[in-house]
Amino acid sequence: MSTRKPPLYEKHLQSGADFTDFGGWDMPVSFDSIRTEHAAVRDSVGIFDVSHMGEVTVGGPDAAELMNRLTTNDVTELDPGDAQYACILSEDGTLIDDTVVYFQPDGEEYLFVPNAGNDEAMADRWTDHAGAHDLEATVTNRTGELGMAAVQGPDAVETVQTAATGSLEDVSRFSARDTTINGADCLAARTGYTGEDGFELLFDADDSEAVWEAFADVQPCGLGARDTLRLDAGLLLSGQDFHPEDEPRTPYEARLGFVVDDSKPFFVGQAALQDAADPEELLVGLELDERAVPRHGYPILHDGEQLGHVTSGTMSPTLEVPIALGYVDAAYADEGTSLAVEIRDRAAAATVVSHRFLQEYRD
Amino acid sequence: MTFDAPDGLYYTESHEWIDPDGNTARIGITDFAQDELGDIVFVELPATDTELDAGDELAVIESIKAVSDVYTPVAGVVVAGNEAVGAEPELVNDDPYGDGWLIEVEVDEDLDTDSLLSAAEYRDQIE
Repeated sequence: MSTRKPPLYEKHLQSGADFTDFGGWDMPVSFDSIRTEHAAVRDSVGIFDVSHMGEVTVGGPDAAELMNRLTTNDVTELDPGDAQYACILSEDGTLIDDTVVYFQPDGEEYLFVPNAGNDEAMADRWTDHAGAHDLEATVTNRTGELGMAAVQGPDAVETVQTAATGSLEDVSRFSARDTTINGADCLAARTGYTGEDGFELLFDADDSEAVWEAFADVQPCGLGARDTLRLDAGLLLSGQDFHPEDEPRTPYEARLGFVVDDSKPFFVGQAALQDAADPEELLVGLELDERAVPRHGYPILHDGEQLGHVTSGTMSPTLEVPIALGYVDAAYADEGTSLAVEIRDRAAAATVVSHRFLQEYRD
Repeated sequence: MTFDAPDGLYYTESHEWIDPDGNTARIGITDFAQDELGDIVFVELPATDTELDAGDELAVIESIKAVSDVYTPVAGVVVAGNEAVGAEPELVNDDPYGDGWLIEVEVDEDLDTDSLLSAAEYRDQIE
């Protein structure tokens, strides 16, 4: 796979960022230290270049029908300017991807954001499905045309408001508005992936530098901090916490049943989910009782027997304890259950906790 | 970016430093290595009296990004592990040649410095 570069690649390179391959994109993993960037977002504000995320627009008379057939949530509930989280499933009811669907403020079309590297497959999936069911819809993969930045943290709204033309403060969570930042037309959506308030900004790729420079005083953050922040918040990483081949999981196993709208007449995977509402394995949050770092793939044990595995883990910079997401036998998924994670041939004691680690910490 | 590699220490191609003092030697990882690892969050050291052959694992260092093994370039018996880095792993980031040292070994025989790099040679390697 050829490596794709964000429009700001050269600018990031000049700023001394370290890079990593992510979903076929060469993206900044850190600008400073992960700890510094993570703290900036938790305590004040940080900005991420998230131009590796896909953008696909769906318009035409049957756009809503097509969106509803291929995502688990109900797009007919959206007013213009609203956004919605949803799953994209295979026929067998397992997660292919997760996405945020935006009903554009002009009410003309939908825009959904597949994860990095999935844009072409999702655009093809939408196009093929429309063709197979005679739906009149125009599907356009706009990933190469658009840039995307996320401004996140308790001071993010004020920061974006200061840079934007017109008021954004009354834009509620999971809604979006057209605005202008440093001369660039942007869709400003009050969404994000860090557990904090903030905006995700979508703009013409050619305007990337103008938008980035409008936040020159904001701590730039890379994918390293994005990963620790999302894990604190208990948000899943597509391709790691679920994967079509390596980690096939239903939304119920992944605790994403809240975005499955069973009242819809049809969506791909719906039939298979009829028998999946009471899964044998469940996603859990784990907090280790000792200092060691759980990593992707490490076995989760009970009395020395493996009953699951870690899908994501880190030393949480916010909570200052090691945390992990993983799937275990549902009989051991209750909060408070004592388990262990096998770390280098040693069983490190762990306790099942809410996977919304940050929320529990703040409560 | 330039990295610190003080004169007077010996270095390995795998980014450890060795500071011989009589029949003991203090070992740690270099400034370059700590920067490559990023934020260090956990350091696992061998127990005192552990016998190490050259090439044995002397520590496991976990950063937020990754887990890395550190190998001893010299054979000997561990006489001290730096307990401070167990409690504050970030010392390895902050002061890799000072408070962030890892272990002290009593070397089996005279240190074979020919197999190690001088500071100048190491600086050439990481440039």
